[in-house]
Amino acid sequence: MKTFALAGNPNCGKTTLFNALTGATAHVGNWPGVTVDKREGVYKGGVENVNIVDLPGIYSLSPYTPEEVISRNFILDEKPEGIINIVDATNLERNLYLTTQLLEMDIPVIIALNMMDEVEKSGDKIDVKALEEALGVPVAEISALKKSGVKQLMDRAIAMPAERKGITVLKGALEKQLETACAFYAAEEVKSPLFHAVKLLENDELELEKKGAKETLEKASCGEDLEAVIADERYKYISANLASVKVKSVAKEKLTKSDKIDRVLTHRVWAIPVFLVVLFFVFHLTFSGNLLFLNGFTEEMGWMPSLVELGLATKENGANNFGVEILAVFYDGTVYSPGVILTNFLNLFLDHISDGIVTLMENGGAAEWATGLVGDGILGGIFAVLGFLPQILTLFLFFSIMEDTGYMARIAFVLDRIFRRFGLSGRAFMPMIMGFGCSIPATINTRTLADEKERTATVRVIPFFSCGAKLPILTAVAGGIVAAFGIGNADVITFCMYLLGICTAIVCVLLMRNTTLKGETPPFIMELPAYHLPGFKNLMLHLWDKTKHFVKKAFTIIFASTIIIWLFSHLSWRWGYLPDEQMNDSILASLGMFIQPVFTPLGFGSQLGKFGWVFAVAAITGLIAKENVIATFTTLALCIGAYAGEGTEEGVEELTGLINIITADTGISQGDFVAALIAFIAFNMTTIPCFAACATARAELPKGKFNRTVLFWLTTSYIVGAIIYTVGAFIWPVAIWAVVIAAVATFVVLRNIGKFDIVKIFRRRKK
Amino acid sequence: MTKPLNEFAAGESGRIKAVTGEGKIRRRLFDMGVTPGAELTMRKKAPLGDPIEITLRGYELTLRKSEAACVEVEL
Repeated sequence: MKTFALAGNPNCGKTTLFNALTGATAHVGNWPGVTVDKREGVYKGGVENVNIVDLPGIYSLSPYTPEEVISRNFILDEKPEGIINIVDATNLERNLYLTTQLLEMDIPVIIALNMMDEVEKSGDKIDVKALEEALGVPVAEISALKKSGVKQLMDRAIAMPAERKGITVLKGALEKQLETACAFYAAEEVKSPLFHAVKLLENDELELEKKGAKETLEKASCGEDLEAVIADERYKYISANLASVKVKSVAKEKLTKSDKIDRVLTHRVWAIPVFLVVLFFVFHLTFSGNLLFLNGFTEEMGWMPSLVELGLATKENGANNFGVEILAVFYDGTVYSPGVILTNFLNLFLDHISDGIVTLMENGGAAEWATGLVGDGILGGIFAVLGFLPQILTLFLFFSIMEDTGYMARIAFVLDRIFRRFGLSGRAFMPMIMGFGCSIPATINTRTLADEKERTATVRVIPFFSCGAKLPILTAVAGGIVAAFGIGNADVITFCMYLLGICTAIVCVLLMRNTTLKGETPPFIMELPAYHLPGFKNLMLHLWDKTKHFVKKAFTIIFASTIIIWLFSHLSWRWGYLPDEQMNDSILASLGMFIQPVFTPLGFGSQLGKFGWVFAVAAITGLIAKENVIATFTTLALCIGAYAGEGTEEGVEELTGLINIITADTGISQGDFVAALIAFIAFNMTTIPCFAACATARAELPKGKFNRTVLFWLTTSYIVGAIIYTVGAFIWPVAIWAVVIAAVATFVVLRNIGKFDIVKIFRRRKK
Repeated sequence: MTKPLNEFAAGESGRIKAVTGEGKIRRRLFDMGVTPGAELTMRKKAPLGDPIEITLRGYELTLRKSEAACVEVEL
């Protein structure tokens, strides 16, 4: 099967064309060694089926970004039968710059002139015949969005002759220099000698690695800097040709639609408030259980009756008829937001499956341990993870819309100033803020960051932006503190913990960017694409990709790990099955007791006496999903008799009982215990995220960085927990921590302004 | 009269005279069409004063002031 490569600038409609060409046959993988999407698919509409490879969007073939290196190597090494170069007709000048480079390769090229309809709408005309003649390759008019002209494009592409000699637009200005360089490559018998020769004259790093290349360059250029000359010549050629092919009807209107939108969205004063409002609505529509505050802003203002109050449902969580269950998906004492509605739907569906299977097994006479393993262990684990999916996808949908409309680039533009201080670019903001929703889409979103070190640093701190599933831990423990000791305010504690997470992230980024992930702040030279409406089909294909990835992970690594933890918590050392109520005799409980002393510096270790292991176990089960932390507390509180009664979902009462029983047992002082509990929240917030997030981070991080990342999470959470406990429990260590923090901060600042270079000092000593 | 692009006020335009800077940044500027001879208009500054947005070769480009300092423009 013939292979065609799709090449072009970012934002020129390349992905739309790819989707139009390949439809359902498309699949996404990774280019070897880097986290850049590789899309492949088959075009079946022509005389023969052809393979289409979508190269990443690029502006040039210089070797500075991974995208450019990938595209270049693919064309040179994999030798596709031809290149389909998609060119945005509304911005011919910059788009043809890449074309002039592609033409230098010995490979057939066809130009797909996209968005011709928009050009015509604005009254301009492009003389396609003249363009074809000037470039010497076929040019086909298309509209990828409307799918017009696509078949003609492919018919002509398939009919292209198999061989083509590279041509260059630089012949006039650099003839002599090119001759010398070409002669060198011709003698070496490389493919596409002209392309290599031009790249060599551009001082290309990859070309200079070749033996004898440096000498040839010196001979050809006579020490002159040709890089600027070449870029200039390309544009000069394009302008000269443009004059004849592009006929402008009237002088451009003063303000395009895009400019008008931009005047508000990047306004000097309004830009940031508008952005905050947009962000608020994204999160509100995804996570809120009170759509648009229809049910009032506070609980006291709530006026909507619940389904039980309306007499429709018999009792909460009880057996109801199916119609009421469906109604409860949308409304139950409050109107849910779209994200929550989808979650409820999926959970309703999954619950019925799980109940059905468990009932079937019980009726079939299966042993208690078997129904437990299948119902709670396997199905419970998988469904808990799949339950995240609707909200992850909703969040993704919103962010995809922001990306596709061009708003995301403006956000980076607005916020770059702040992020540069931490050695990141404005682009790093989005993944971080998404972390408040869920670490998984946030981690995947780091792909928009071009710099590898910047991406690694961002992936590592994403879990510190406390995700939706960690909120129950905060509210339960904070609620427990308030209820048991009668001090403080649960909301204030929760809010402070969020702040703590952000501060930890900032400190860690600063530290990493100055030590292990040291590097220059990546440059920020970026196109601000014109605003346009996103295509529905593109959005859906995008979401479908994410769903596939996520489900695959849910059924492999997460599946295995949930079963292991379930087994540990339901097996005694004699390999006998233990029901939920006896979890305190399980292997997991003994493991918890064993590692309990490890947490002593954090305050929730040995100090808490014979019941303290509950905290260690909760931290472990939290690895599956952070929801499990509170679930474990409620189960174990019942087991050890800290709480008698029916379990509650929030877990505040169970925790209060647990706090009371431990205080009675050990006589620990109130101040120490509060410090320990807050250290516990902080530890859970900054430690290893759930299995699903770990699996994602593993896939997104560069090779070999994942193990260190896990170590980083463990160390950070341990240190943060220890600081909180020691500062909270005693007064005297405060001074020590203050000195340590001040020393680190001074070190970082000095290094930032270049006054202090540890490598230099070290070298001087050696001498 | 020439001055570096980072000193431009919103609305000012000019023709690029020279592009300096270290290899990677200079190359990136060239690839985005910031070459000697090109005409540009400074559009606006970001709300926090940096980066800036310019119009060049029929599209919008954003770059930081530190990078804009590499671009010498003739008024």
